[in-house]
Amino acid sequence: MTDIAWIETALTSARPRAVAALLRYFHDLDRAEEAFQEACLRALKTWPVNGPPRDASAWLIMVGRNVALDEVRRQRKTQELPTDEAISDLDDVESDLAERLDSDHYRDDVLRLLFICCHPDLPATQQIALALRIVSGLTVKEIARAFLVSEAAMEQRITRAKQRVATANVPYETPGAVERSDRLGAVAAMLYLLFNEGYSASGGSEHVRASLCDEAIRLARLLLRLFPSEPEIMGLTALCLLQHARAPARLDADGSLVLLEDQDRTLWNREMMVEGLALIDKALRHRRPGPYQVQAAIAGVHAHAGSAAETDWQEIAQLYGVLEQLQPSPVVTLNRAVAVSKVRGAAAAFAMIAPLEQRLCGYFHYFGVKGALLKQVGHNAEARVAFNRAIALAHTPAEAAHIRMHLDSLLRDTEPQRRNIRIERPRIRGADK
Amino acid sequence: MLYAILCYHDEAEVCGWSKEEDDAVIAKRAVVTDRLAVQGRLGPAARLMPTTAAVTIRGGDSLVLDGPFAETKEQLLGFYLIECGSLDEAIATASEMKRGEHGGAFEVRPVSLFKPGSAPA
Repeated sequence: MTDIAWIETALTSARPRAVAALLRYFHDLDRAEEAFQEACLRALKTWPVNGPPRDASAWLIMVGRNVALDEVRRQRKTQELPTDEAISDLDDVESDLAERLDSDHYRDDVLRLLFICCHPDLPATQQIALALRIVSGLTVKEIARAFLVSEAAMEQRITRAKQRVATANVPYETPGAVERSDRLGAVAAMLYLLFNEGYSASGGSEHVRASLCDEAIRLARLLLRLFPSEPEIMGLTALCLLQHARAPARLDADGSLVLLEDQDRTLWNREMMVEGLALIDKALRHRRPGPYQVQAAIAGVHAHAGSAAETDWQEIAQLYGVLEQLQPSPVVTLNRAVAVSKVRGAAAAFAMIAPLEQRLCGYFHYFGVKGALLKQVGHNAEARVAFNRAIALAHTPAEAAHIRMHLDSLLRDTEPQRRNIRIERPRIRGADK
Repeated sequence: MLYAILCYHDEAEVCGWSKEEDDAVIAKRAVVTDRLAVQGRLGPAARLMPTTAAVTIRGGDSLVLDGPFAETKEQLLGFYLIECGSLDEAIATASEMKRGEHGGAFEVRPVSLFKPGSAPA
């Protein structure tokens, strides 16, 4: 790596802690960001000459503070703070500085920085955009590309979100245990949204979207380093790792979605997978199950199966049962039904999903599953209706293509009737993107 | 004499490397390690998982804490590599070894990559 590439990586990894600490000093997001920016410019100048500081975050915080306080310092002619040149080549000054910055503060600082992005007034996409901008330091252009909107539109969105956050009461006092736990929950939800934005193939190039997943994992790991005993943060990190590990097998050569059961498992990223499994192990020792841990455990069962046929569906059905209790939702019940169909057959599963139809009437997967179950029990005409409904609700061409495969196989099974049936192929939302 | 080379770095930064950057660092080092391997002088090498996967066992009565060993007043004095079926088993084994010892800590961290090597004992 060249000096500049190395420094840029270091600055990116130092950013959340540094901006978070600067925010605590200034109580002003824009000023904190500007101070960090200025500190980065100085780092690019002095680090190649003086060598990198031992604690990049501490250096950036100190220099950022100096820069912002420069004005005040000159006016008041108070005692001089050490200059950034002095900091980078004097170890004792640096360690002294690191101590004064009080590492205990980092934890709540970073949590606060992430938490202000989760303002309940902000729609999910704005929370994510804001976090990517201020915590991760992605450029507006990069974020705009990930969300498939123009740079100007994204700029406006982020500016509005920042204004909303600035006028809200940002909590600067050290949070109590309950407040901290609430903030962690909100931040975890936002990080999982960020991950899913990258994971769901609803648009944007694969490369851009994968980088959102990487970013979510990076921030989840950061959160876990700061809160090492939170089983749900372990679960969230594990869940992201286990799902992202399958990314190399999720798209075929044409860019079509490959379902889990059809994926070439040798393409899965083993390194991510074993790390995810290790985190589940660690989380389970706490015996405080939560939705992220259970979902990670389900992904873990798939990770353990060498082939789709070896999947322990009994275990998955049980885990979905636990998830249903922790976080009841028709979608979870639908997923449990899929697992149940593998263990107890399609008829049992169909009985489970039938009562969900009203609540899931706009949900693509519901009709995909319904069609598949009906097909298995030989109700081909009803299956066809369900599949057509699924195609109408598909978000991506890949989803629609998968359902068409089912329809085509139905047609093959019922060749004599073919002439009488016209399969409707409605326009797919998002297909023209 | 056998020497251990212990690699320290900011893990957030290393995790932030792209695959290409990571590969480049390993390839650069491999110039040396390949030479040592040919000469039969390369012992086991391991890459550890991030500290987020670690637990630490403290004191004589095996208090298990989440996270890596992070104190600065103690020093890294040695390590064991053991094969276990689960984290629980690894913790139980490490706790059994540590039993009755006062002070110090054992950090248990999964290994993500292991090469046994062939240096003479």
